[in-house]
Parts: sequence; C-alpha cells; structure tokens
Amino acid sequence: MTKIGLEIHCQLTNLESKLFCSCKANYRQFEINENICPVCMGLPGSLPRLNQEAVKKATMIAMALNCSTPEKIAFFRKNYFYPDLPKNFQITQLNIYGDTSVGGSGSIVVGNKEIRITRIQLEEDPGRLIYEGSSSKNQITLVDYNRAGTPLVEIVTEPDFENPKQVREFLNILSDLLENLGVSDPGLEGAMRADANVSIDGGKKVEVKNIGSFHDLEKAVHFELTRQESLHSREIEIAQETRHWDDKRKITISSRSKEEALDYRYFLEGDIPWVTVDPAIQEKLKSEMPESISSKKERYVSKYNIPNQVADVLSSDKFYSDLFENSHTESNAKEIANIITTDLMGLVDTREKRESSKITANHLRDLADSIQTGKISRNSAKNALHEIVKTGKELSQVISDLDLGNVSDESELITIIKDVISEEPQAVEQAKSNSQTINYLVGKVMQKTKGKADPQLTLNLLKKQIE
Amino acid sequence: MNLKISALDYVQEVQNGNISAEDFTAATLERIHSIDEKLHAFLSINDNAVNQAREIDKKIKSGQKVGSCFGMPISIKDNMCIKNSKTTCASKMLENFVAPYDATVISKLKEEDAIFIGKANMDEFAMGLTTEFSAFGPSKNPWNVDCIPGGSSGGSAVSVSAFECVASLGSDTGGSVRNPASFCSAVGYKPTYGLISRYGLISYANSIEQIGPVTRTVKDTAFLLNIIAGLDPNDNTTVDNKNEDYLTGIDSGVDGKKIGIIKEMMTEGTDPAVISATKDAVSKLESLGATCEEISLDMVKYSVAAYYTITATEAGSNLARYDNLRYGYDFPVEGYEFNSYIQKARKNFGSEVTRRMIIGGFVPSAGHAGKYFLKALKVKSKLRKEINEAFKKYDLLIAPTVPILPFKIGEKIDDPVALFLVDINTVTANLTGKPAISVPFAISNGLPIGIQLLADSMDDKLLLQAAHALEQTVQLPEVPI
Repeated sequence: MTKIGLEIHCQLTNLESKLFCSCKANYRQFEINENICPVCMGLPGSLPRLNQEAVKKATMIAMALNCSTPEKIAFFRKNYFYPDLPKNFQITQLNIYGDTSVGGSGSIVVGNKEIRITRIQLEEDPGRLIYEGSSSKNQITLVDYNRAGTPLVEIVTEPDFENPKQVREFLNILSDLLENLGVSDPGLEGAMRADANVSIDGGKKVEVKNIGSFHDLEKAVHFELTRQESLHSREIEIAQETRHWDDKRKITISSRSKEEALDYRYFLEGDIPWVTVDPAIQEKLKSEMPESISSKKERYVSKYNIPNQVADVLSSDKFYSDLFENSHTESNAKEIANIITTDLMGLVDTREKRESSKITANHLRDLADSIQTGKISRNSAKNALHEIVKTGKELSQVISDLDLGNVSDESELITIIKDVISEEPQAVEQAKSNSQTINYLVGKVMQKTKGKADPQLTLNLLKKQIE
Repeated sequence: MNLKISALDYVQEVQNGNISAEDFTAATLERIHSIDEKLHAFLSINDNAVNQAREIDKKIKSGQKVGSCFGMPISIKDNMCIKNSKTTCASKMLENFVAPYDATVISKLKEEDAIFIGKANMDEFAMGLTTEFSAFGPSKNPWNVDCIPGGSSGGSAVSVSAFECVASLGSDTGGSVRNPASFCSAVGYKPTYGLISRYGLISYANSIEQIGPVTRTVKDTAFLLNIIAGLDPNDNTTVDNKNEDYLTGIDSGVDGKKIGIIKEMMTEGTDPAVISATKDAVSKLESLGATCEEISLDMVKYSVAAYYTITATEAGSNLARYDNLRYGYDFPVEGYEFNSYIQKARKNFGSEVTRRMIIGGFVPSAGHAGKYFLKALKVKSKLRKEINEAFKKYDLLIAPTVPILPFKIGEKIDDPVALFLVDINTVTANLTGKPAISVPFAISNGLPIGIQLLADSMDDKLLLQAAHALEQTVQLPEVPI
C-alpha cells in the first residue's frame, strides 16, 4: 500500500517578533542581516527569551487540529552543525520523554479520510543560505540571519495519505485553517515548507526534503511515487534514503549524505523554564480562537440560506469571509455572498491583485443596498465593482463618474420603450404571441440605456405598451 | 592610599570626602601594575578607569545623584560581556571577541557607578578549578605564588584577596566562585539558581551555573547582591526576589538555628587541617546559639560523576557555536569541506575544554545516554530530593568548601580525575540550585581554608546572616603580598 506522511513547517508570520527575541517575525522587509540581535545571532552570553504569544498561537493550531494539548510544555536542544544555525543547535520540542510539545496526537478529516496528526511542535527557523557562483568549484555559501529565530510550527502527520490528491486536499484545508486562525499567511514565500515520507508496497521509506511550497509538495510526492513505481516495475530495490526536491528541475535527487547517522543529542533547554498551558489557559485560548471554517459555513447556509457551494467558498477563504462578515446584514447577506462569489472572485484571482485591491466591506454593503433598492442594476454593479477594486472610490462617486445610475424615471423609460416599439414592428407583433420575443425587446431597451434600466420595470412597461 | 578596605568602607570614605574615586582608582591601577605580573589575576585592564572615576568625582562634587558604588573598582571574570570590551573566556577561540552588549549584571553595576577595573583570569570557558587552564597562563595564589589560586574564577579571587580591586564578580558552575575564594581567603557566594541574571554570562553549563560576588566581607556580598539580584526579562530563568534588602538584618546571628553537618563532605580524603577548621567552625556556631548535628546526604557520593556528565553535555552544546566562522577567524575557510573545517577549527580549544567536549559528545549520544546522561539526571533529582528533605529539618548545612588546601601549580594538571574530585563539596549546591557561600575561616601553614554554608532555595538572606555571624568569630591575617 502506498504510504505518504508529511512534516510541514509553517512560520507564524502574523506574530510581531521572533521566537526568542524582539527582532521582527516578518523578516522579509529587511536588507540582508539587518533584522538580527545578539540573541538570534546566538552571540556568546545571550539567552533565549520565549515569545509567549507564539506558544498561544501554536496551541491554537494544535487545538484546531484536534490534538491533545499537554498542560506543561518544554523545549529541547537539537545539536548539529550547519552553517545556517548560529548556535549550532536548534531550540525545538520533543516527545520522547513524555508529551511536552504544544500538540500531541490529533486528526483531521480530508474528504472521507481521517488523517492522523502525530504531533505539533514549536521551534526556531534557521537562517537562510544563499549560494553564489556558478560552478561548484567557485560556489560560495552566504548566510542571511534575518530569518533565524522566526517562530516555526512543525506539523507531523502519520503516513495516512494514499495518493497525491489527498495530500493536496489536506494542504488546502490546512492552509485555509491556518489563515482563518490568523496565525500565518501561507501565501508568503517560504512561509510553508515541507518534507514528505513516501513508500510504496514492498519498498523502503524515502524521505523527500527541502520542498519549498505547498504547490511543489504535491508535485514532489507525485514525482517520487512515479519514480518508485518505475523502479518497482523493473524489480529494482527501492533503498531507504533521503532525497532532495530540486525545485528548478522538479525532480527528487538522492542526497547521498549519511544523514541517518546523525545523532542530535537532544536534551532539555535549561534556559527556558517549562511553560504551563493548564486547562484554564486552554479554555481562554479556545474562547479567543476565531470561528472555525466549518462552523462559519454551517451558519451561512442555515441562517442566510446561502447555497452550499457558495458558503463553502466564502467560509474557507479568509479574505472573502472577512469581507462578508464585516459587510453583511440579515437582509443583504445573500446579495453580498452573490457579489463576492460571482463578481469579486474574478477580479482578485491572484495574490498581487488581492493585495492591490482597494475594496472594503463598506463598498460591498453599499453595492448590495443599491441593488436591492433598485438604485443600480446588477450589471452596473459589476462595472462599479471593477472601478472600486481599482480605485477604492465611494460607490456614489463611481456611479456619478461612470453614469451608472438606473433610469428610474418611468416617463423617460416609456419614451425609450416607444422608440424601440416603433423601430421593431415585426418583433412587437411576434411578442404579442411569443413571450420569448419580449425578452429581445427588453434587451433592446437595455442597449439604449447602456444597461441602466431596471429589467423588471422595463418588462412591465413593455407589456403594457404592447397590449 | 589604603586599598585594604571593604566595599562598604570604600563607600563610606568617598561619601565622607576622605578619599576620591579618582585617587583610589589610580592607586588600585598602580598596585595592579606593580604586582599583577606576579599574580596574573587580570587578562585586560580598563585604560579608561581613571577618567571614569574623575567623572564620578565631578558628579559627587556638583551634588548630582551618584550611584551607590561611588566609582568602586570592581574586577569582572572574563566570561561576562561588557559592551565594546574584549570578553575572551580565557580562550584562543574568543581572543578577539568584543562584546556588542552589556550583561545584565554589568548594566546594573554601571547604573550604580561601579568601575570595571579589568577582566579577571579564569580557566578556559570556566572549566577547571585551578585557573591553570587559562589559554593565557595561570593565576598565582597571593598567599603562596607557587600554589594555584583555585578556579575557575581564580582571577576574581586573587584580585580581591591581593587588593587589586574592592570586589569582583565570578561565576560558579560547580564551585568556581567558592573554591578560589576558599583558596585565597575571600568570601565567595553562589546564589539560589535564578537569583542573579545570567544574561551576558557566557554559558558553560547553563542549567546549574550562577554569577556570584567575590568580596572581602559577607556584608560586601550582600551589598553587591542588592544591586545585581532580581527578575530580568532577558533571562527567563530568573526568579522574583521582591527587591529583598540583604543588608538589613545581616547581623541577626544564628541563635536557635539548626545546622546539619554533611558527613559525605568530610571523608577520609579530607585534609586534617580542613577537618579541624570545620569542627572549630561548628563549635563557634554552637557557641552563638545554633544546634549542629551530623547528617547524611547519600547521593553526594555520586554527585561529582553526575556533575561532570551533565556539565559536559551542556558544554558540548553551549560551545558548539565556536566554529571559527563567527569567532576566531584563525584560518580561512578555503579548501575545506564544512565538517572538516569545523573539526580543524575546534583544535583551538585547550586541553580541558577539549576533554569535556569529547565527554559531552559521548555521554548524551544515542545508545549511551541511558547509561550516562539520563542516569546523571536521576542522581541530580535524587540529590535534590535528599537535600529538600534535609532542609525540612535544618535551616542550614555546613561543610568545608574544599576538602584540601591549595596545591602546587602543575601538581595535578595531568590527573583530571584527581582534579574532578576536588569539586566534591561544591557541586551539590549547583546540582540542587541551592545557595552556598564560602567564608574565610582559617590559615594552615600559610594557606587559607574556607568554610561552606548552604541554605534552602531563596533563603539567601538567612545564608548571608549565618555567614556574617561565622565571619565575625575569627580574625585572619592579611595576605602577605
């Protein structure tokens, strides 16, 4: 049987500071080696100062993934030499001397399959290696320590995945969940990294390391499965080994290092006292946790009668659900859900477009209200939305700038209708017997008004005029 | 200029206008220049000390607020960071390391207008108890320059004892403050774990070590403790002492106190002069109203083995960062693969550090941890249980600080196990986190003997009161240098 297990590293990008010092967790905005201090550089004499907020957020992740959460957590040192580690050990967590990491065993349902979580641990991210020089002979390794000490949550799963599709579904659910919790922005470069353990029937376990994004994770798993199956079909033994994901060539490459021989000499980090996360603290954290995606979805369906699929999209994406939550009222909820899922999604379908988008909850509320009161047509609303996303102008401003207001004056509309009737005598005749043809006439009126006529009103007036 | 005064006397004299900080500092530097060639207490001297003292004098004269140290010259063990000063740990590896920040104890003393007269010699990375393992040469015992001064804070104890400063800060991982204090006839104190911030103290075995003052009197220790103790946001292991004043009530005495004499710290290997001094101390305390009786701490037998196992493990990790990439720069990286480079770079460590790093790589390793490291942790927790039981019955415990007298330089340097065993009486306080102090008590054949008192966690005030009482019972000769 195919077995796939994941180790996912997720940066807590929304925290203010690093795990053990007050340098910024958001290191991406800095020049190289600018976001550093004696602590994250591991200078002689410096001591780690635990960021309590990181413990809270990591515990929230553990609770959201239905993990057991021990009342006391501890940190351990993982000792090994690597250039990106300023102290030559990493402060992390460990469960071999009892459950002391932020999360113990848990599970999450993906499709119809239960994926078991082995543990969740909080640890520090190392620095970032930058390679310069083309040939291996000239290559030099530079280290940027801006990232060193960024709070990282490692989520380890049991080998419960049977195919890459399940992996992808899990990753989608996980990244929505992390985003919804407000702990991380999974879209940031390097915020999500993973290792995968892959084995097929009769083969040994292969660890694939260095997968830099969720997008590549599915690809890497797929590649590795294909590679192993191909070896198997030719009756070549699949060796237990560590392979690296080459994100340029999109293949896995044998590491040929003796990584399995590494002994990390784990022991308790004496500089950080045990942290109490007792039931009272856990209850408080639970109460501070944002509403879960599934609970939101349920609410959208039952309270506002929003269709299942629309509610699904709306609840799982934090950007849309935040807009919805902040704009809707009981009466306009369905309209707003509709605007978001039919019109807005197409306008902000990439990360860049979202970030540059100027839309606010107020805009959405105004739009929905204007549609419901017949101030503008749905069609005009779509045009207005386009402008708002681009400029962030008030709706009223956009309506007057683009002349989008409905032709609500009946006499004006009747004049236009009369014009259409005189221009289309044949259609008018047909319309008397065929109700489909009257829609053609409505369309003609819309053309003349540039879509600003209220379709229902136009239809009613047309009918009267023809009779 | 009389340099042979206590810290409290210094403060009094400056406040009364009898001496100036500048004159005192200049005279101190002069003494250092005249005798330190012989003693080698210092690794570096603060060239700016006289100017700093002059500034403090100006503040005093103009009536500005002055810190409670009034320009007192203090020496600092060279494993504590002073901003823009070299902090070498007496190691080739950090020979040119200039700290970019102040240790918490340093900031606190700066605020109180102390002057850091120089950085004190020590065993490399505080590993040793003779100061012979300094990469820059040993310190000498001012009572007999052929003898070791103890260690690892040897430079601190020598500088205090030989009047090259008024007081000093050392660090104590397994006796490194108390041992040289005992060998040099100074007061050496290791506080409850967490009472003094370790931020800026270069770690050797971080789970058990503490910074501690070396002073001429117990009162001076209380005075310094008032300045440097307490909660520090930069050290998560510090404890809140609620701004305790350790000087008030220091002369409360020991009347009615129950004191246990630790049997396992006075075995047949103990020097007879040390035994008789300890017995004398016990009877002095009894005459002051204390009740003393012998008690047994069974686990003390295994404490040295546990201590070296735990400290080597932590050292192996704490010193891993000295890989010549960020410090040292002894030779360039070209032509080396990463691991072979590290391997070569680490030959910059001296013999004792190397020995402990090798032990530290082995005892916690997969397949051996159960037999060594985890067993050592068990000893530690049993010892802690035992001593906690003892403190239910006794207010204080007493033992010699070191079972033997200062020995000749080079005498034991090739016998690491014999050296390790000298720590038998001091490591218990570190393994259990309890406060302990060494009080100068006797001189035998011209060599000092210290008596050690231990108290329960956070009973540091009680400990200092008892130490002060014991100190008052003897009159000791002055250092012959």
